[in-house]
Order: sequence, then structure tokens, then C-alpha cells
Amino acid sequence: MSTQTLEGGELLARRRPPMERFWRGGLQGSEYTWAIAFTVPYIVLFLAFVAYPVAFGAWLGHEPHLYEELAEDPIFQKTIVNTILYVGIGVNLKMFGALLLSGFFMRRGWWVKGLLLVYVLPWALPALPAFISIHWMLNGEWGLINNFLWNLFGINGPGWLDTSRWLSLGAVITSHIWKWMPFWTVILLAGRMAIPQELYEAAEVDGATGLTRFTHVTFPLLANLYLVCTLLSTIFTLGDFNSVFFVSGGGPALSTHVLATLGIRNAFEVARPELGVAAVLTALPLMIPLVLILMRKLRTTEVTL
Amino acid sequence: MTVVAEDAGRAAVAMAVAPASAERARRARRVRWWKEVGALGIAVLVLIWTLVPVYNIFMVSLESKGDVFTETIFPARPSLDSFWIVITQGYWYLEEFWHQFANSVYIGVGTVVITLAIGSLASFAIGRMRIRYGWLLSNAALLTYVIPASFLAIPFYRIMQIYGLTNNLWSVIAAEVTFATPYAIFIFHQYGTSIPIELDEAARIDGASPFQVYWKIYLPLMAPALVAVGTYALLLAWNEYLYQFLLLTSKHSMSVPVALAQFLNSDEAPWNYMMATAIVYAIPPVAIYYVFRRRMSAGLTMGGVKG
Repeated sequence: MSTQTLEGGELLARRRPPMERFWRGGLQGSEYTWAIAFTVPYIVLFLAFVAYPVAFGAWLGHEPHLYEELAEDPIFQKTIVNTILYVGIGVNLKMFGALLLSGFFMRRGWWVKGLLLVYVLPWALPALPAFISIHWMLNGEWGLINNFLWNLFGINGPGWLDTSRWLSLGAVITSHIWKWMPFWTVILLAGRMAIPQELYEAAEVDGATGLTRFTHVTFPLLANLYLVCTLLSTIFTLGDFNSVFFVSGGGPALSTHVLATLGIRNAFEVARPELGVAAVLTALPLMIPLVLILMRKLRTTEVTL
Repeated sequence: MTVVAEDAGRAAVAMAVAPASAERARRARRVRWWKEVGALGIAVLVLIWTLVPVYNIFMVSLESKGDVFTETIFPARPSLDSFWIVITQGYWYLEEFWHQFANSVYIGVGTVVITLAIGSLASFAIGRMRIRYGWLLSNAALLTYVIPASFLAIPFYRIMQIYGLTNNLWSVIAAEVTFATPYAIFIFHQYGTSIPIELDEAARIDGASPFQVYWKIYLPLMAPALVAVGTYALLLAWNEYLYQFLLLTSKHSMSVPVALAQFLNSDEAPWNYMMATAIVYAIPPVAIYYVFRRRMSAGLTMGGVKG
């Protein structure tokens, strides 16, 4: 009996290296076939619905004259400015607000927890109803905001979305922040919760309170997460179609388009897909470095979102 | 003598300290009180900021048709008529509302099942079987994750035309799966590292095939991650608009968001019907969100701040 078990153990020990090799790469025979079979669905998905469209898009937008045409188009020039403002202001305000509010939601107490549940509602809501509601709310004649101003203060509010480009763009940015700040707040809140309490206690012994507590303990530990979130959010915001499309619709007079909506407009309303693709491709100089940095960061720090 | 002097000295010190410490305590109380007031103030601002658009949806949906175009800030004669119109499909934009609702459910369920299948198989091969060049696959997933979906929409639409899939729910499912799978692969990969690989090895020694290891060991242990990713995929498919709008144009194949946006095409949009439709459309995802919130945010932040 005992010899048998020993033999079994020996066998196991001897078989160990090949098993190791099997699992850690260098698959053999039928195992290799299985592994390939497991990855085939994803490879097919990637080739058919990512690689092919990307290549097709690059081919559609490869002609230089498209970019000359875009550069001369006043709508496109405005779009570039809008995109920079939308992403620059939108992302930074949103992330900074999220950073501050995540600190607020660290407070103890039942009503803070209840408030958090209400606060994440914009994120839980589908984008479409939310933005349609904001669109109607900002209507110059019958919208809630102007009705409110009129009933309470007797002020005739402006037409938020159809008179001025800057008002309209501001409304779009505000709506975007409204929709997405809760998401990033929750992420940063989780980041704050992961900071061990002992660090704060140690810092307190050393005399750090209030702002110094934040600048010397919280922020250094949160900085990497904050950076990754900001970069990710920049890309997501760059591709955000719904806020602009439903809140301002690009109006007034096509002055508040961003690249994502202008691309769709060129392709489907103007019926020139190659011009639409070209508009989107002009975001590449910003996209490529962002994507490279992010892929590096996401791989090494294992931030999962 | 000395003792008395010492006592007197101590008393004097105590006398000097007492008012100071009382003063400090009072100040601390005052600071705490102001902090509470400040927190309440922030809370009120956050509430107003969050709820105004939500209030607006409800207000408009409860208004009767004549009251939409008035200067009121609450419905003068609140009624549930709009919801009744939606439920009974009593307006021509809403003729096929329940069919469209079913389309949305179909897209959602299809997306969840396929995303979970493809994502878990791929992550099993990459993370557990350590397939050579697995890093290429995870990089491909990472890359897809950081490409904005709206930037791919134009060529994607053309390709769906080539495949002959426009106005077909499967074209939308393909799109949603494409953008949900990368996230699935990450979460599965991340979560999979917490399951000891010895389990797989033991099963292999007992003669299980890789598929049996996947089916009987990997999947059951991955249940929490499957729930998190499944919820994510369902909400993504239900909430997504652009691809559904481009790919589904006939009334019969439309999903709810596309039908909802149709209201914007007409000039005299019945805003109360539209908002009621919006509420009916938003209830399922919001309910699912709040039910699965904890699991979702666990998935969202799994290993989130190792940096």
C-alpha cells in the first residue's frame, strides 16, 4: 500500500515539470487545439468587427484632399475648438468635482449613504432620456429652467440652446458633467477607501490635519488612479456622441458640433462617409499618445474599469 | 509648607488652564457645528443638481397635452394619461412599442450571453492555459476598450451593409458584443488570478479535458465576475443609442431608444408622451443597476488601486 502511494507521489513529482510546461505555455497536442478553439471566437470577433472596420475606415479617409476640404470648412474649424473646450473643460471639471465629492462621500452617517444612492442616479439612467429631459428643460420658451426663473424672479431667461454658441456649448458640457461625474466619483471613492486608516493616524500623530492630510497622504496615493481616470475619461469624452447630439443637436447653426457628432453628420446627413471618417481621424494626433500611455498604465497598474 | 506651596502652584496652573481648555472645546464644537452645516449645504446642492433633470422628466410626463406648453414648474392637472397612451400604444410613434421593447430585450439578452461566452473562453485560454501570444489578445482587447465606439460607427455601418445585416437585430448584437467583450476579458482575467491554478492542474491530472476544466471548475468559481460583467453588458446594450439608430431603421426592427428619439423628428412633438416613454424605457436599467450595484462596483474596482 505504502509503496504504491509513494510511487504515485513520485509519479506526480516526475510529471510535474511537463504539466508546468503545459499550463505555462508550450501547449501540446489536443490541449493546443482546445486553447486555439477557445480563442477563435474572440479572434473572429476582433477581426470582423474591429480590425476590418478600422482598416476600412483608414482606407475611406486616406485621401489628403478630404483634409484640405475639412480645413477650409468653417463648421469644422468651430468643431475643433468645441472639441478642445468640451474635452478640456468637461474632463477637468468633472474629475476635479469627482475628487472633491468622493472626499465628501467618505463622511460617516446614514444620510450620506442615502445621498450617494441618489447622486449616482444620472449614471444609472440611460443617456437618452436624461439628455432629452435636459434638452427640453433648457427650452427658451417652455423649459423648466426659464419657467422657474420667470415664476420666482420674474426674469426672462435666454434661449439656452438656440441663441448663443457659448451658452449652448456650456449647457452641453454641464450635461456631460451631470451624467458622468457620479461614475468617476464612485471610482475615486473606492480608491480613497482602499487607503489604510493607519496612514491617517500616523499622519495625525505627526501633526497633519485638514489640507495637509490631503496633500501629503490622500493625494500622493490617489494620484496614479486620478491620472489613469483622467486619461480614460478624456478618450471617453472625445467619443461621447449622446451629450452633444441630444442636448444641443449641434445647434445653433451647427456651431456646437464636436468631432464625434460631426463625423456622423457628414457621413449620414451629408451622405459623405469618407468626409465623416476624415473628421473623426483628425482626432488621431490626440488619440494615439493617449491610447499608448493608457495601455501601458492599464497593463502595469491593473486598474480595471 | 512646601506641600502647600506646591498645591497652590498646581491650583494656579489648573486655574490658568481651565478657561483655555474650555475655550478650545467650545471652538472645536463650533468648528464641528460649522462643518455639519457645510456638509448639509453641500448635500442640498448635490440633491438639486442631481434631481432637477429627473424632476423635469416626471413633471412633463404627468402633464396633460395642453399643459406642456405653459410656464408652470409643476403640472397643473397631473394625470397618468401619457403612461396609459404608452402602455396601450395609443400614438402613432408608439404603434409597435411593446414589439420594440421586446427587440431591446432580445438585443440585451443576446449581448449578455455571447459576451459572457466569448469573454470567458478567451480569458480562460489566456489566463489559465497561458496560451502563447495570449498577450497579443489581451492587448487587442485593451485597444478595443480605449477606442471610442462612436469613432468606429461609420465604417461599422458600411461593413454591416456589406454583410447584409442592416435592419437585423444581430447586427446590433454584434456591435454591442464587440464593445462589451474587452471589458469582460479584463475583469475575467483579473478575477481569475484569485482562483488557484492548482485546481485546474488537479483536475487535469484526474483526466479532465480542458473544456471540462473550463465548464466544471472555471465557470462556477467565476460566478461573481460573470454577474458583474453580465450586468454591465446588459446595461450597455439596453442604453446604447448610436449603433441601434444607424443599424435599425424600420419601425418593426427598432429598439426602444431609437423609437424614443423618433419623437424628436416631428415639430409638434408630444413631449408628455415622449417623457412617459422615456420613463418606461429607463425603469428596467435603473432597477437592475440598483439591484446589482454592489456587484457591479466590485467589478468596476476589482484590484482597482494597486498602483
